[in-house]
Amino acid sequence: MIRHTPFHPRTSEANQTGLWSHWSGYLAADRYQMADKFEYFAIRNSAGVFDTSPLYKYRFTGRDAERYLAGVLTRDIRKCRPGQAQYTVWCDDEGWVLEDGVVLRLSGDEFLLTAARPNLAYFSDLAAGYSVSVDDVSEEYGALAVQGPVSREVLAELAPEIGSLGFFRLGPAKIGKIPVTVSRTGYTGDLGYEIWVDADRAVEVWDRLFEVAQPRGVIPVGQTALLIARIEAGLVLIDVDFHSARYAWNDDQRVTPIELGMGWMLRRLDEDDRAFIGRRAIEREIEEKSSRWKTVGVVVDWQDWARTHNDRGLITPKDHTPQHGSMMLYDGDLAQVGYVPSFVFSPLLQRHIGIARVRPDHAAGGTRLGLEVNIDHRYAVVDSEVSPLPFFDPERKTA
Amino acid sequence: MSNEYDAIVIGGGHNGLINGAYLARAGLRTLILERRHLVGGAAITEELYPGFQFTTFSYALSLLRPEIVHELELTSHGFMPLQMPTTFCPTDDGDYLLIGEDKDENHHEIARHSKRDADAYDAYNHMMSQVVHAIRPLMDSIPPDITSKDPEERARLAAIGSYLADLPPRVLHDLVRLLTGSAADILEDYFETDIMQGWQASSGIIGSKVGPRSQGSGLVLLYHAFGEHDSVYGAWAFHKGGNGGFTQVLARAAEALGAEIRLESPVERVITSEDRAVGVALEDGTELRAPVVVSALDPRRTFMELVDPRQLPNDLVENVRRLKFQGTSAKVNFALEANPTFPALRGRTDQYRGFINIGPSLDYLERAFDDAKYGWYSSRPYIDSSIQSNIDPEMAPPGKAVMSNFVQYAPYQLRESDWDTEREALGDVVQARLEEVFPGFSDLVLHREVVTPLDIERTVGLTEGNIFAGEFLAPQMFFFRPAPGWNQYRTPIHGYYQCGSGTHPGGCVMGAPGRFASRQILTDLSDA
Repeated sequence: MIRHTPFHPRTSEANQTGLWSHWSGYLAADRYQMADKFEYFAIRNSAGVFDTSPLYKYRFTGRDAERYLAGVLTRDIRKCRPGQAQYTVWCDDEGWVLEDGVVLRLSGDEFLLTAARPNLAYFSDLAAGYSVSVDDVSEEYGALAVQGPVSREVLAELAPEIGSLGFFRLGPAKIGKIPVTVSRTGYTGDLGYEIWVDADRAVEVWDRLFEVAQPRGVIPVGQTALLIARIEAGLVLIDVDFHSARYAWNDDQRVTPIELGMGWMLRRLDEDDRAFIGRRAIEREIEEKSSRWKTVGVVVDWQDWARTHNDRGLITPKDHTPQHGSMMLYDGDLAQVGYVPSFVFSPLLQRHIGIARVRPDHAAGGTRLGLEVNIDHRYAVVDSEVSPLPFFDPERKTA
Repeated sequence: MSNEYDAIVIGGGHNGLINGAYLARAGLRTLILERRHLVGGAAITEELYPGFQFTTFSYALSLLRPEIVHELELTSHGFMPLQMPTTFCPTDDGDYLLIGEDKDENHHEIARHSKRDADAYDAYNHMMSQVVHAIRPLMDSIPPDITSKDPEERARLAAIGSYLADLPPRVLHDLVRLLTGSAADILEDYFETDIMQGWQASSGIIGSKVGPRSQGSGLVLLYHAFGEHDSVYGAWAFHKGGNGGFTQVLARAAEALGAEIRLESPVERVITSEDRAVGVALEDGTELRAPVVVSALDPRRTFMELVDPRQLPNDLVENVRRLKFQGTSAKVNFALEANPTFPALRGRTDQYRGFINIGPSLDYLERAFDDAKYGWYSSRPYIDSSIQSNIDPEMAPPGKAVMSNFVQYAPYQLRESDWDTEREALGDVVQARLEEVFPGFSDLVLHREVVTPLDIERTVGLTEGNIFAGEFLAPQMFFFRPAPGWNQYRTPIHGYYQCGSGTHPGGCVMGAPGRFASRQILTDLSDA
């Protein structure tokens, strides 16, 4: 049976389209109204509210929690102090990425980790010998992402203590009389927060939030709007931009943290004395410069895009619906040098953009590549250019 | 501040800013002069009541050419075209037509009024899109000079003939019908209901002194269909902060490219020497020098006021003198305590995220025009309304609303009266009409701004308050905009150019005149 998130009494009222996806076994609104671009612009111009409750959530508690996570997670969790959050990945012992997620460090010995896939057995098996308890608390919380430029003023009106929360910081707050945890995190690359609330108080938080937010034009947003924003923000998505190495059949389906664009997590590896899973393989990859890919952005040449379609008698398409697949990238000799798993027309940047994986020698910003598109059942190659990620990175995100 | 430039642009409206930005981008030391305390011309946003942002004149973004966004890198300066996902059309009997983003939902909504019209709507849109797509290359290029004997110009003229002859016959015929006929003729072919006819016909009258049954309204209908939002023809967007927000983006882009903008610098005249423009004289006596001077003002001011018409050929002077301006549009803008409510929607207000079209039938629009024919404003006007705070919440304080109302008809010339006398009376007529549609409307009003054609002329400088800087009439378009022989942005005075909406292709915040003029200027400079 498909499940409902703790906010379902409200999201089901708000969803005028009847369009839902199944996300980790829960109903998740694709869009609440017919115009998903309008929802997208709420994220960039006011704020959008997205129900992220279906994410798996694991709680790690105990004296050894930090030491345990330091060995499991690729990024050094010891740098994440209580009241801070950290985006991280975890790898297998061959240095392939298993998954990514955000850790909230609630206190010295209590951590909450989000994950896209079930991980309880995996994490529990690794806990032997540590004084740490690993619990699946996925169903205990409702989680709401409030993302966009007015998110701070809306939340600060509800709970003034949120107003001073720094980027990737978190803290307890009260919305109405309901205790919540608020983290300044999100999946939009914008100023934004996530509210974590006990599942049985979730609807009350929704109501109180919208009392303040609705007059400011804040609206619930569905998955399409979020997925446009995340491509602009250069944030990767599991099963689209990468696959978990646990279930891969061959190395083409696997990716290392460095290949996935997470090399920055490992920049101080020489000063880091942790023995974490995958470390040796990663060190070897660095030493031998054996990374096969780099994750970069590509921006399509707008003139060539228009010309290519115009030559076929078509109106230049500018579709803001994210395309998840595997569009090929070619060099000047039409040799395949990469692919684009995530592609969209950005309504804000007014460009077709994609998150791409390319051979390292084609990854420099400004490198011209040909992007293969299918127009009326025929292939065409349009000019594009390698660009650094993220495409969109407003000052307000971290200010 | 130096007084020597490579190019001086007179007028900081959107075309002046775009023109100046392109000239600066090409490396010219460019100065843009604006008479008022802010740039934007008719595309401005002002806080006329605390917390409420008013788009006093121009109120939406539609025909802006996408090339300009890319070439001037407007997105890095804050360009943000917010989608307007709904159109709400109240009918005369208390019902409504609500059009949104879902094609099938729209089909069912129109079918509530007529199943035939629901089907016809798709056919009509396809026909219009095909015609727009077909003549887009002509709109997006500088037309040949039809008076020229230069073989190159003759060849370009012939190429247009061939191009048109190559169009599918049906598209060509639809094009001719639109260019020569009335909006009503075309719409009655497709639609049987008053609301569909009235809603669509409104695009055939906006900004023009024609009724939906006048020959020539088809051309106005077609022109408005050139609007595109992310490649959807006929779709409009609302720029963040209104069109004033957009012109601020243009100003930032122009400055980033090296252009200088001087505010409160009204130009008295263009300085010429031996049939060459050599600079401009400001009203305060300052003289600024440049071998290129560009007027972004309308043709009447460009040719009759900034220079001495005696320097110009008689034909041109005659043509400019008889250009039709005859503004017929007004604005009545409101700061509101809350969104107004429409009884049949029982408290919903999320349908006001685009235009509200108060023009429920062809007859309604034609009768509104009747008043104007005889020198008076409509007793029951056509209103193109938009509650902009529902699209960009920062336009009004939380929970409150700011509403723009474009009103027609309000002829510049009033019979036995004047606009200083009639201004508030017009505001009352519009408010009364809104009260009919939204009972209780007047109780919500916190502030009202009435903008008559005379106010448009006085404040913005557009002759007779014509919002397109010259009517969209066939003899004033394409080869003939603003005058035969002078449709390529040059003037008879060397170094003196025109780049306002009075030149090809025209108005509607398209920006193409400013862009094409810069191209012509740069070509001439490289040829010299």
